[in-house]
Amino acid sequence: MQINDLINHTSEWLKGTGPHSDVVISSRIRLARNLNKFPFPHWASKVQLNGILEKCSQAMEKVDLLKDATWFILAELDSIDKQLLVERHLMSIEHTQKTEQKAVLVNNEENIAVMINEEDHLRIQLMQSGFNLFEAWEIINGIDDALAKLLDYAYLEDFGYLTACPTNTGTGMRGSVMLHLPALVMSRQIERVLAAIAKLSFTTRGLYGEGTQASGNFFQISNQVSLGHSENEIIENINGLIRQIIEQEAQARQIMLTKNKEILEDRINRSLGILKSARIITSQETIELLSMVRLGSDLGMIEDIDRRTINELFIITQPAHLQKIENVKLSSDQRDLKRAELIRKKLNLVS
Amino acid sequence: MLCDVCGKNPATVHLTEIIDEQMNELHLCEECARHKSAAMEQQFGLSDLLAGMADFEKHPNKEEEAVAVKCPACGLSYADFKKIGRLGCGNCYNVFRKYLAPLLKRIHGSSQHIGKNPLQAKVSAAKPVKKKAGLAELKSQLQKAILAEAFEEAASLRDQIKELETKKEKE
Ligand SMILES: [Zn+2]
Ligand SMILES: [Zn+2]
Repeated sequence: MQINDLINHTSEWLKGTGPHSDVVISSRIRLARNLNKFPFPHWASKVQLNGILEKCSQAMEKVDLLKDATWFILAELDSIDKQLLVERHLMSIEHTQKTEQKAVLVNNEENIAVMINEEDHLRIQLMQSGFNLFEAWEIINGIDDALAKLLDYAYLEDFGYLTACPTNTGTGMRGSVMLHLPALVMSRQIERVLAAIAKLSFTTRGLYGEGTQASGNFFQISNQVSLGHSENEIIENINGLIRQIIEQEAQARQIMLTKNKEILEDRINRSLGILKSARIITSQETIELLSMVRLGSDLGMIEDIDRRTINELFIITQPAHLQKIENVKLSSDQRDLKRAELIRKKLNLVS
Repeated sequence: MLCDVCGKNPATVHLTEIIDEQMNELHLCEECARHKSAAMEQQFGLSDLLAGMADFEKHPNKEEEAVAVKCPACGLSYADFKKIGRLGCGNCYNVFRKYLAPLLKRIHGSSQHIGKNPLQAKVSAAKPVKKKAGLAELKSQLQKAILAEAFEEAASLRDQIKELETKKEKE
């Protein structure tokens, strides 16, 4: 697989399938692991970073589930390629900075990604479509077991897996669920929900992690605590919370359908109308309108556009994807034009 | 609606910030939003927060003692950790154990790992060696299970505690 192949490919987690996929976009688990006897990446010399990269890549070549995977060496990628990997949720923004001896391994389905020399030596990530943390855990647990046989992990009985930042120590695990909550946002109940989540030591972030911007009604919820609970407990805790939020979103949707059906139908169809006919559109507006179209599709108000097409549009209308598709560097204004063109093409094609 | 920051451009980006459990709604123009997200990325390291947490407000003497300690494996001092919010290597956890245990407890509510360990994976599947939790740990888990009304789990924990206690009596 080459980086250019990615744009013609749909990631496994974007398929819009799996449990509760009307509200849950994806479930993700990541494990932070480090090698014994090597300093953490920020504290390591170039020679040491090379050693880490070599040891990790040799081990990963022996893991069955990673056999078909492709290595991307960050120092060899230009800025658009790096951004493309971020837009596809295959790596963090942090991984695009100071790229020496950094790499990311991605499998063909794009549901497994392993970052080397990010904040920790290894950041293993597994993404699933829909509400599916346990399945994600089963797969990633297997990969981790296979790697543990080949690598000497930094681990202590009392503190667990040792990580560069003490906020990840213990299980080294972060479980995240990406939710689409338009009805809670429109009915102004989201503030209450988010406040409750913050009290329970979970974090809420936007579509792209880091910067907390939650645009287009997308919210990523993950555990903060990684020490003192087993992996299963952590997942159960997240699941319990997510189940409640799904329930509340479903109720809010139901209430809107009974009380404000016409208004909702109007908003959804106007959103689709703009997307189908706009000539200039920003990425922010795209996300907001697509969010409404996705709701329309979930509620059966829009029947000719499937979830997968909508999910894909979220990703391919991002700046790096547009520039990759056009195969030329584009200014922000040029992107807004090309974005509108691409959306029109995709949406008018399916209907 | 105008941007909350510059008050000039129309607000097109709406974000919710959660700081210390306080929710703030911000309505920004695209330009100000870009500045804001750049600033947030810089902060994202958590290092300031952690460095703050690692302070020993109550024990100034202890702090001096701690700051001078250096990890012999990687050379990182506790002062370095306070500055950057990151440890230098796995061995730092051994060297700074005394200071890290309370910090971990503040971050996670616990300083005892429960969960998988790499040795489990190394041993063949036919002979799974599971590290057994201590009596105190089991009891606290039992308490939690009862509170959470996870009765099946509670029953299994109770059995494990019994087993351990009888073993101890025999010793
Ligand atoms: Zn402004
Ligand atoms: Zn060290």
